[in-house]
Amino acid sequence: MFEIFGVPSQALFGQLLLGLINGSFYALLSLGLAVIFGMLNIINFAHGALYMMGAFAAYLLLQYLGIGYWWALIIAPIVIGALGVLIERLFLQHLRNLDHLYGLILTFGLALIIEGLFRNTYGSSGQPYSVPESLQGGRNLGFMFLPNYRAWVVAFSIVVCFATWYGIERTRLGSYLRAATENPTMVRAFGINVPRMITLTYGFGVGLAALAGVMAAPIYNVSPQMGSDLIIVVFAVVVIGGMGSIMGAIITGFVLGIVEGLTKVFFPEASNTVIFAIMIVVLLVRPAGLFGRHA
Amino acid sequence: MTENLADPQAMLPRRETAWGFAAAFIVMVAFFALAPFMLYPVFLMEVLCFALFACAFNLLIGYVGLVSFGHALYFGWASYFAAYAAKSWGWRPEFAVLLGTGAAAVLGAIAGLVAIRRQGIYFAMITLALAQMMYLVALRVKMTGGEDGIQAVPRGHLFGMFNLGNDRTMYVFILVVVVAAFLLIYRIINSPFGEVLKAIRENEQRTISLGYKTDRYKLLAFVLSATLAGLAGSLKALVFQLASLTDVHWNMSGEVVLMTLVGGLGTVFGPVAGAFIVVAMENYFSAFGQWVLVIQGAIFVFCVLLFRRGIVGELANVLHIKL
Repeated sequence: MFEIFGVPSQALFGQLLLGLINGSFYALLSLGLAVIFGMLNIINFAHGALYMMGAFAAYLLLQYLGIGYWWALIIAPIVIGALGVLIERLFLQHLRNLDHLYGLILTFGLALIIEGLFRNTYGSSGQPYSVPESLQGGRNLGFMFLPNYRAWVVAFSIVVCFATWYGIERTRLGSYLRAATENPTMVRAFGINVPRMITLTYGFGVGLAALAGVMAAPIYNVSPQMGSDLIIVVFAVVVIGGMGSIMGAIITGFVLGIVEGLTKVFFPEASNTVIFAIMIVVLLVRPAGLFGRHA
Repeated sequence: MTENLADPQAMLPRRETAWGFAAAFIVMVAFFALAPFMLYPVFLMEVLCFALFACAFNLLIGYVGLVSFGHALYFGWASYFAAYAAKSWGWRPEFAVLLGTGAAAVLGAIAGLVAIRRQGIYFAMITLALAQMMYLVALRVKMTGGEDGIQAVPRGHLFGMFNLGNDRTMYVFILVVVVAAFLLIYRIINSPFGEVLKAIRENEQRTISLGYKTDRYKLLAFVLSATLAGLAGSLKALVFQLASLTDVHWNMSGEVVLMTLVGGLGTVFGPVAGAFIVVAMENYFSAFGQWVLVIQGAIFVFCVLLFRRGIVGELANVLHIKL
């Protein structure tokens, strides 16, 4: 172990890793928000609540059915994604021709309902969820101690993010999706079922949020308010990156996570406001966002 | 008047509009003048403060089409400044309220300059993020008292003469200020400035092409809205003798959206009715703990799907008048 700028390497790289993990969640969530916004023209305020439901799904599967982490990683996104499909069918599809603000307000209401229900049932204190056995422990890299689970979260998030990018930017289905984002009427005229695509897109974005929730469960406590604090930071991330580009959302998420981690080392008192401060600077210098297209 | 075929109210002749307003205004003032004989004054003062807060918010969402999701910032921070001045410096209530209101104006100008750089949905996210940032600041700085807030704020003597410690005197003070602010908002909406705001709401591009610098109008509207929200927050700090984190939290920003939505977006009286209903509901359900969140959420969903005009909006529609 050694020191950098008077900071022990363990502290520096430890915070950097924590930043990278936060960044993974920012990336996964802002990616979902961007995909949903592209198709539905709705900012999904319920995204944080659905992320929280993903974490709770993992907790409940273990608690009541004895189903462990690895299965939860598959089951939770599917179940919560299906809930997303239901939400789109029941509520959001009726907002197509209305002002953007109604989508925001309605999903805000949904977030309150979900958070309220979970608080009623589980209280405000967190529930512990332990790291799966196969990922317990860690290794000493010389300059820091690397817990296996954290390495897994970062690696897996990167894989999921890039798979999503590839799916949208490089496959046939993705090209339909992008075309429908640009001009839904025209794509419909080619015989593609756009309403169904919209529904599935919402389900997919929600599934990503739930996946992030499952991954977060062993790191943070599983608590009803874990989503609402996070979603506001993710909104700032989205404003900084701009929602025009999938890759932009991914990169912005990871970079801001790292910046936040570094701030925690050097200016701890500013660590939870630094992303908002960056947002202000970006808005003043480049209002469309780093990767945004000018509206 | 802006010509807007989608909105039948805009087609009404001016005189009819004025009569509708005058009648409804008299009903409202009469209600608040007589209500203390039947209902708790502190409850009514809470309603009045939130009514002003919602009217200030409605000035933006209803007349400029800007959705601020962070109005708790001005409401909450104004209450901190007013409470701090009244308690730690021993300022008289009118000066404490002025300080809080002024602080909200400054914060509104700074936040407005940043937020109006983006439109629509981004505007909402930016205002929310800025408010969250200032919430985190409130959590840390010494002045706000952190988790405890600023407690036992003295109400003091208004102009050094009227003892606001008496709930009745306090009630009259609040009622006069809120009604004056309400008339000011009505005046703003119906001024040439207000007409430009409505034009921006209907079609910003066209308004720009007519030669209006819409950014300046939007910023001024934002500062006015933040200032009036600050006035409401300062008054609330005196009424409850408390400034706390609740008032700067994003929940509060959501609540003011709820009040305005329930009452009717873009109606003059809607926010007042909405504030009454939401505050009454919260007092009634306060024993049920977190169910308040669930009920609030359900009302949001219901209003957006089936009741977008709100109570006063529906009423105006049935009576064919502008309220």
